[in-house]
Amino acid sequence: MANKILTIKNLTKTYGNNIVFQNIDLSINEGDTVVIIGPSGTGKSTLLRCINLLTKPNGGQIWLDDEEITSKEVNEDNVRQHIGMVFQNFLLFNHLTALENVKLGLVKVKKMDKTAAEAKTFQELERVGLVDRAHHFPGQLSGGQQQRVAIARALAMDPRIMLFDEPTSALDPELIGEVLEVMRKLSLAGMTMLVVTHEMGFAREVADRIVFMEKGSIVEEGSPEDLFNRPKFQRTREFLWKITELYGKKE
Amino acid sequence: MSDWLNLLIRFFDDFLVGAGVTLELTAIGLVMGFLLGLGLALAKVYGAKPLCWFATAYIELFRGTPLLVQLFLIYYGLPSLGITLSQTLSAYLALGLNSAAYQAEYLRGAILAIGNTQMTAGRAIGLSRWQTILHIILPQALRLAIPSWSNEPILLLKSTAVVFLIAVQDLMAKAKRAATTTYNPIGSYLAVAVVYLVMVFAVNALLKWLERKARIPGFEMEGKRGSF
Repeated sequence: MANKILTIKNLTKTYGNNIVFQNIDLSINEGDTVVIIGPSGTGKSTLLRCINLLTKPNGGQIWLDDEEITSKEVNEDNVRQHIGMVFQNFLLFNHLTALENVKLGLVKVKKMDKTAAEAKTFQELERVGLVDRAHHFPGQLSGGQQQRVAIARALAMDPRIMLFDEPTSALDPELIGEVLEVMRKLSLAGMTMLVVTHEMGFAREVADRIVFMEKGSIVEEGSPEDLFNRPKFQRTREFLWKITELYGKKE
Repeated sequence: MSDWLNLLIRFFDDFLVGAGVTLELTAIGLVMGFLLGLGLALAKVYGAKPLCWFATAYIELFRGTPLLVQLFLIYYGLPSLGITLSQTLSAYLALGLNSAAYQAEYLRGAILAIGNTQMTAGRAIGLSRWQTILHIILPQALRLAIPSWSNEPILLLKSTAVVFLIAVQDLMAKAKRAATTTYNPIGSYLAVAVVYLVMVFAVNALLKWLERKARIPGFEMEGKRGSF
């Protein structure tokens, strides 16, 4: 039985009377890549933000390994460094070079000394193929390169799990490939990943499990094979049909 | 014209000393105002409610009353509360407290312009709120603030002229002295006007240099010259 890294039970988030999602149950095994798909406004991004404690859920619990991170006694800053997050709009620190973006957390959060932090930084930049851009500022990098730096920045903290919130949605089509490639390699290397995306090709090829969310709840989940070829629910079928219609039917 | 030149030559050393005092007042007022203003701006953006209210009240109070009134209250008013400050100290305090209110607003605007997303990014890698403010928000906000904040050193430099009314021997006091000794007020005030102008130009050059020095490639105000 594989080791569970993330366990979510009964998670609910509301804003006033508006329910973002309700009674979400989800668990992720070590080394697995789980992809969440579903229409916009379904609460996928909010779910990721809740896992990273950037937004407070109204009810339910989340465990990272054996620790309940939704408990009041938890030190949030401590939890967050173990959960890597990659945002749709990259959110690099604009006044720092690629190198400094990655290094900052190592020095300030992990309290590593400068030399060790720098060595680790180059290792992470190597992983995303950007060593030659180490001294460039975000404003001097393409969107794809910025997102790869953002991935390196999250990876540098040696997280237990990486969350990706539509990492390619803000990119020009020709730049999407390089980011997906980095993510694919990461998944193959055994990183535990939870990915919200509309890239069905990626979901099909890389995911161990796909979760279809709609209107604040999980409609169904299963292997890519099952979900794409034998969806159980009409809603899943309709969504997949719409998406393939939109993005083309290759693979 | 030659009268005027004679006056300038005769009082040149005096004006130079006065200009030194004026620059000193400006520098101290500016630094004090910056530190206090930064605190006020942070209190207003990130502080708990009471702190935010205090900052707002402070800013409105000091921007809403004349600098001269503030100066007189400090120099003539405080002694009745048992606090007697020297003329110079009163001048520093009035300029610093007053400038803080204006600088707070420049800095607050820049902090808001950086926005919440950079805070999110900082928190996401495990930085605390204060670490994020210190290492992520402020380095960007301060750079962004420079162009609009550049007004403050220049305005402050000229505002210092009011301190001659509590007999601080600044450039303005020297002008007054020159005017009464020579019976040539126009010449005297014209002469110090030129000195003020030269100082403002110098400060301006310094600020331009600062703006260039702080520039980050790809991170600057939109709409550079020629981009439209």
